[in-house]
Amino acid sequence: MERFYEVMFIVRPDVEDADLDKLIAGFEHTVTSGGGKVRSTEKWGRRKLAYTVRKFNDGNYVLMTIDADGNLVHELERRLRVSEPVIKFITVRMDEEQKRIDKIKAIRATRKKVSAQAVETAAAAETAEPVAEAAGA
Amino acid sequence: MADETTTQRAPEGGAPSSSGPRTGGPRGAGAQGAQGGRKFFRRKKVCKFCTEKIDAIPYRDVRLLQGFVAERGKIVPRRLTGVCTEHQRRLTRAIKQARNIALLPFAARY
Repeated sequence: MERFYEVMFIVRPDVEDADLDKLIAGFEHTVTSGGGKVRSTEKWGRRKLAYTVRKFNDGNYVLMTIDADGNLVHELERRLRVSEPVIKFITVRMDEEQKRIDKIKAIRATRKKVSAQAVETAAAAETAEPVAEAAGA
Repeated sequence: MADETTTQRAPEGGAPSSSGPRTGGPRGAGAQGAQGGRKFFRRKKVCKFCTEKIDAIPYRDVRLLQGFVAERGKIVPRRLTGVCTEHQRRLTRAIKQARNIALLPFAARY
């Protein structure tokens, strides 16, 4: 039962790119050494914040999708909280949501197949009818 | 003094009778720019998520969420946007998450 989470955090705007990469690598290492797996890391770059956070008006957004269990997430959050360049973070659990979406998509796929079959049989019936008529006439 | 009371009375007298359409119309036009109508009835409005079959409402999608947030940052009620209950609940959750990560403001434009 692998849970997967989305972690988004904001890094101060005045860190260098190299330092930012080092920071992200550090968090990834935390995940992998704790038995988790990093699915993807996305850097959104510098964005203007909607409100002032710790006297900053913009920040570097980073989005990480990870496969982990609860303890590892706890540890990761502890590190995020403690690390000085990170000013905000949020962890959202995504696996239940993904299950729900997949279920809906599966239902929709089966529904489409049924309707497609109905269309096929209708089309076959239509093509059969003129043939019968031509044969009859 | 007498003038003040009369001027206060008049709008109060007018407001209850036409507060429904008046507050519905402009606020509706303000919240959803695409509508533009001043109609009182908005029963025909359908849920945008149900029609477009959008499954997930992620907090990261700021542009989508901004259509459901008023100018001052408040969440628009569903009687104005026409969203169905289930999606309104998900939308609210996403907006609150976005507010927490500074993608949307808590209160804007003071």
